[in-house]
Amino acid sequence: MDSVRSPAPPHVQFENVHMAFDDRVVHRSLSCSFARGRISVILGGSGSGKSTLLRLIGGLVRPDAGRILVGSSDVTQLSEAELFDVRTGLGMLFQHGALLDSLTVFDNLALPLRERALGSEAEIAERVREQLSSVGLDGVETLLPGQLSGGMLRRAALARAMILRPEILLCDEPFSGLDPISLRRIESLLAAINQRSGTTLLVVSHHIASTFRLADQVVLLLPGRSVSGTPRDLATSSDPEVAGFFDEGSPTQSPLLTDGASRRMDT
Amino acid sequence: MTVADALRELGFRSLRVVAQLGQMLLFALAIGRATILPPYRLRRYLEEIHNLGVLSLVIVCISGLAVGMVLGLQGYNTLVRFGAEGSLGAVVGLSLIRELGPVLTALLVIGRAGSATAAEIASMVTTEQLDGLRMMSIDPMGIVVSPKANSMVFVMPMLCALFILFGITGAYFVGVTLMGLDPGIFLSSLSSSIRFRDDIVGSMLKALIFGFLAGLIATFRGYTSAPTAAGVSAATTSTVVLSSVAVLICDYFVTALWGFDI
Ligand SMILES: Nc1ncnc2c1ncn2[C@@H]1O[C@H](COP(=O)(O)OP(=O)(O)O)[C@@H](O)[C@H]1O
Ligand SMILES: [Mg+2]
Repeated sequence: MDSVRSPAPPHVQFENVHMAFDDRVVHRSLSCSFARGRISVILGGSGSGKSTLLRLIGGLVRPDAGRILVGSSDVTQLSEAELFDVRTGLGMLFQHGALLDSLTVFDNLALPLRERALGSEAEIAERVREQLSSVGLDGVETLLPGQLSGGMLRRAALARAMILRPEILLCDEPFSGLDPISLRRIESLLAAINQRSGTTLLVVSHHIASTFRLADQVVLLLPGRSVSGTPRDLATSSDPEVAGFFDEGSPTQSPLLTDGASRRMDT
Repeated sequence: MTVADALRELGFRSLRVVAQLGQMLLFALAIGRATILPPYRLRRYLEEIHNLGVLSLVIVCISGLAVGMVLGLQGYNTLVRFGAEGSLGAVVGLSLIRELGPVLTALLVIGRAGSATAAEIASMVTTEQLDGLRMMSIDPMGIVVSPKANSMVFVMPMLCALFILFGITGAYFVGVTLMGLDPGIFLSSLSSSIRFRDDIVGSMLKALIFGFLAGLIATFRGYTSAPTAAGVSAATTSTVVLSSVAVLICDYFVTALWGFDI
């Protein structure tokens, strides 16, 4: 499906973003953009700054330099209060769900609705149930997050990320640690969200096969640079670092991974 | 290590302490802000007060009773040497109200509830639950931190009063029931020696201040912990150590400044 879609204007744009934690540089002059209404997959070795990239978009961390445009607002310039407005249009699926473990699944989903007083308690209950059954979770309302299996937890977290109907959904490794069936299920839920409501999806992943199935666009984070294109472009790239990443036969042999690993041991 | 190295290390550490204190002050201001500004989360406060009560009630009562009994026994055996066993009520009451009640209650609550608070917040940091709230435009200071910190301020005086009551009961049991003191003498010596402002208000003031310190340090340590498993345990341990020391140091200054005159 990637090649049939026509180009779309950018929804999220990084311009010369520099990001470091103390003296560890994560992004060096990163520029890339993510198209509106499309599924972009962000690939990169561990420690290459994929999660940091999503956190930068949400304004959870601030870059040292550069601009990050979400729609028309530059999140690097906003105060915490102004960021709250931008985040209304952002849903985030965290790697480990990040549901509040002291609340039931129902209350976790109801929380953002109650906080904004979006409707009566009955309307909220209705919307939460609808949202849960849209990810195939019925009858788990009264369970605590700790009582769900990994795949169910991921889907509950996805339901919470989507409950305010955001324009942009950020997913941090939604496929990690899942069995193949749960993986395909999350994958088709993500595709359905994008198709049904035109939500812009930014998906961080390690999973090459699902990247090929999902992605309209891939942004590959390499040490000190990034490469974007369609999955096919990148897989057939003549750049050995890029092609190496798609070489599923020996993923651990890719220059990126070894480089990333050695960088991590340096500090 | 040379002297210069040691000095440098000392300077470095002092700077870190000052920076931490500054950070903690800002954190306290942020808690205050989140407390004053709406939304007011009455339900969250009730939950937290309930949690603190459940965690601390039993240990505070039992410890109060035990401390009171020891005081009764020690006090009686000492006073009897001077033929002053009639003042047992005053001795036990004053030491519990002015000193032991607030300090021991604070240390117990820190060990039980302060550490639990720090661990809970730190694990919410590790599992990105607080970032999850932020991404839903919910300020974690308002929904998680300030109810926890403020409930500690609110609960400490009540637990302290409870500790004192159980302590006096324990002393009464030892003095009157076991040692055969006259109950009237015990109670009148207790009630005639206590002054409202100096003793009762002073005691509650200490409990409030200790509650503030315990709540602030526990939430601060949890909130600023490193997002790792090691971060959770470091936050827990340092909460207990820091807040216990802070309570003991602060106790001296409150005692001196409140003008407990004898
Ligand atoms: N809060 C933080 N403090 C210090 N270093 C961090 C922090 N978050 C991430 N890092 C570092 O930044 C680098 C990139 O992290 P991350 O974005 O989580 O990578 P990825 O998600 O691609 O595995 C890592 O080396 C990590 O150690
Ligand atoms: Mg990551």
